[in-house]
Amino acid sequence: MIDQSDCIPLEDMLKPETVRANITVDSWQQAADTVGRLLVDAGMVEERYVEGMKRVLEEMGPYIVVAPGVALLHARPEDGVLRPCIGLLTLTEAVEFGHSKNDPVDIVLAFGATDKNSHICSLKQVAERLGDPEAVKRIRSAKSDEVLRQAFINADGEPPNSEEA
Amino acid sequence: MRIATLCGMGFGTSMMLKLFIEEILRNEGIKAEVVPWDLGSFKGQDADIVVAPTDMERHLKSSSSKVVLIRNLVDKEEVRTSVLEAIHSLQG
Repeated sequence: MIDQSDCIPLEDMLKPETVRANITVDSWQQAADTVGRLLVDAGMVEERYVEGMKRVLEEMGPYIVVAPGVALLHARPEDGVLRPCIGLLTLTEAVEFGHSKNDPVDIVLAFGATDKNSHICSLKQVAERLGDPEAVKRIRSAKSDEVLRQAFINADGEPPNSEEA
Repeated sequence: MRIATLCGMGFGTSMMLKLFIEEILRNEGIKAEVVPWDLGSFKGQDADIVVAPTDMERHLKSSSSKVVLIRNLVDKEEVRTSVLEAIHSLQG
């Protein structure tokens, strides 16, 4: 069983500085470099983790394209994770990852875990958003980084207290 | 019954699948153990059913377990239908 007390909330893993909407890249490698750079610059992972994520895809195949248009990059804790984290890009033009059925990809997620469990509740929340067609519509149409981030963090896509704003 | 979920490292996809499948089993009132496997260490392990992403089929060619391949891992309906079908086929 997963101990809920170990759970790191999604808003603490998916930080404003690790989310970018409408990025243009020309290959999966460049997508991985770009999302990896966000995590490096935020102090969440070491440089070598980015290479680690690309190596996983090269060695184990493109199964990390977990749903049509969605890639979930990651490597191992010992590949250089400093803090549990999730990075996220949406792409202006989808790129091929080499998956037999789910290519091309326009939603690129990358996560870093420090153990087997503490990131899982956040990962499940991410998976639930991606399994919700309405949320996916909000994710793909998000024009700003914060709207994109809120589409994952809140079930209804609205930032907290948005009515008062 | 023992159900394994397979992915490359055992940190992401297999854990996600495990949570989804446990939820499905709970809703259906089916008792089974769900264990996450990774490519590095699953050889020689035993399960009645292995659930894996579509692109991992080649790693499961020699498996004696019933293999369930999932294309869309975030689609709970696809996971539910495929896993329940496999469970029912084993129960004859």
